[in-house]
Amino acid sequence: MLRLLTNKFLLIASLSIFSLTFSFAQEGHEGHHEAKEGAAHEEEAFNIGEMIMHHISDSHEWEFSHGATLPLPVILYTKEYGLEVFSSARFKEGNNVYNGYINLHEHIHRLSPDGTIDENIHVWDFSITKNVASLILSAIILIVLMSTVAKSFNTNRGKAPKGIQSFIEPIVLFIRDEVVIPNVGPRYAKYLPYLLTLFFFVLINNLLGLLPGGANVTGNIAITMILALITFIITHINANKHYWLHLVKPEGVPVLMLPLMWVVEIAGVFMKPMSLMIRLFANITAGHIIILSLLGLIFIFKSFAVGGVVTVFTLFMNAIELLVAFLQAFIFTLLSSMYIGSAIEEHHHADHGH
Amino acid sequence: MELLTPSPGLIFWMLLVFGILVFFLAKFAWKPILSALKEREDSIESALRMAEETRAEMAKLKADNDRIIAEARLERDKIIREAKNASDNMLAEAREKAVTEGAKIIADAREAIQQEKTAMVAQMKKDVAAFSIEIAEKVLRKELTDKKAQESLVTNLISEAKLN
Repeated sequence: MLRLLTNKFLLIASLSIFSLTFSFAQEGHEGHHEAKEGAAHEEEAFNIGEMIMHHISDSHEWEFSHGATLPLPVILYTKEYGLEVFSSARFKEGNNVYNGYINLHEHIHRLSPDGTIDENIHVWDFSITKNVASLILSAIILIVLMSTVAKSFNTNRGKAPKGIQSFIEPIVLFIRDEVVIPNVGPRYAKYLPYLLTLFFFVLINNLLGLLPGGANVTGNIAITMILALITFIITHINANKHYWLHLVKPEGVPVLMLPLMWVVEIAGVFMKPMSLMIRLFANITAGHIIILSLLGLIFIFKSFAVGGVVTVFTLFMNAIELLVAFLQAFIFTLLSSMYIGSAIEEHHHADHGH
Repeated sequence: MELLTPSPGLIFWMLLVFGILVFFLAKFAWKPILSALKEREDSIESALRMAEETRAEMAKLKADNDRIIAEARLERDKIIREAKNASDNMLAEAREKAVTEGAKIIADAREAIQQEKTAMVAQMKKDVAAFSIEIAEKVLRKELTDKKAQESLVTNLISEAKLN
């Protein structure tokens, strides 16, 4: 116990020292930079915030490291100019401008003939971005993996599991027996395929995101929004009379309190998917930011000692992120099951604690 | 804020890819996997149930066997006891019969002896009479002179011829 506390204290102390020195270094660096102002800055100043944002947000090309970039297709649609498909390498060649389009911080705009951004034309960007590519990759991995497992289930019918099947089977059983059945209830079979897909989708994308050069798919609000939305829709399509009645007239509430309860209940309906969306997004993004910040320290200090310490910290954070990858996939599935379960469960008694 | 605004393109692709993924996995992965799992669980469960049933049956059989053995043992004991009783009875009967038979034989013998004796006594009486007559005859024939000598002779003869 004492040892644990000491360790914790040491960790916090070293972290705070780091942040202190970090801010000093930043100031010093900036001062130096100002002094050099005017001279040709061949060496671009290292901006940690920009670096982190660059890594956790979407982009039109897949950059594994400096120089190793996979160009991805850009697909644009404008009412005025129709559909346009070209490689993101074109933007790179043309200094972010190609064929009348400009890529401004990964937002593509139409340029008017005089070279300014045309605000009247809305560009619909359906590009295969880094996130979309990673999304498709994860889908292919899942389809190949699960088809293999399904096939080995067929060939090993009535026998003990073998190979990759032994790895997937306990997870499937865990999701079915510990997550879905207890929370959804007896009519779980209808929702099980979605919930299993959800779990493996979130898990594989969390894990892919941890790889160097990986995309931050589950840390993207659009992805988590769609997942939460699908759970929301499934919940409300299948909700029974009791669920709707509970929203309008919760049991045991005085009539005067009803309007207040309506506000609370309806807020609750939307808070649930909102919390799902934000929880996954924030957890994954935060994890990436922490790891990137730690790694950023190396480039700020440019010191072997800091590099060594940071490596240990990053390794530790990566281990935690690995845990979080599983945990968040589990929690997303668990909460989705609970929301679906709460909407379809049969009530036989009036009192249920909330 | 950049991070918090979902981009329409990503939403479109996410819906498409995730939709296809759910459809494909549900049809080609989860369905066979879940059905195979269910099948295996059912077979394991039925095997366990069968083992349980067999065990119960075995226990029942064993109980039956024990009961039958116990019954047989009882039966055997009963038969032995009965046989013993029967033989005892037979022995007792035979002994009794022998005793009565013996007694009867003795009684018969006694009776026969008695008859014999009576007959013998009668015969003896007859013989004594004949003897007496003979003696008397002899005496008479010898001499009827001496009365005294006659009487002593008779007395002697009588004492000599002891009856019984």
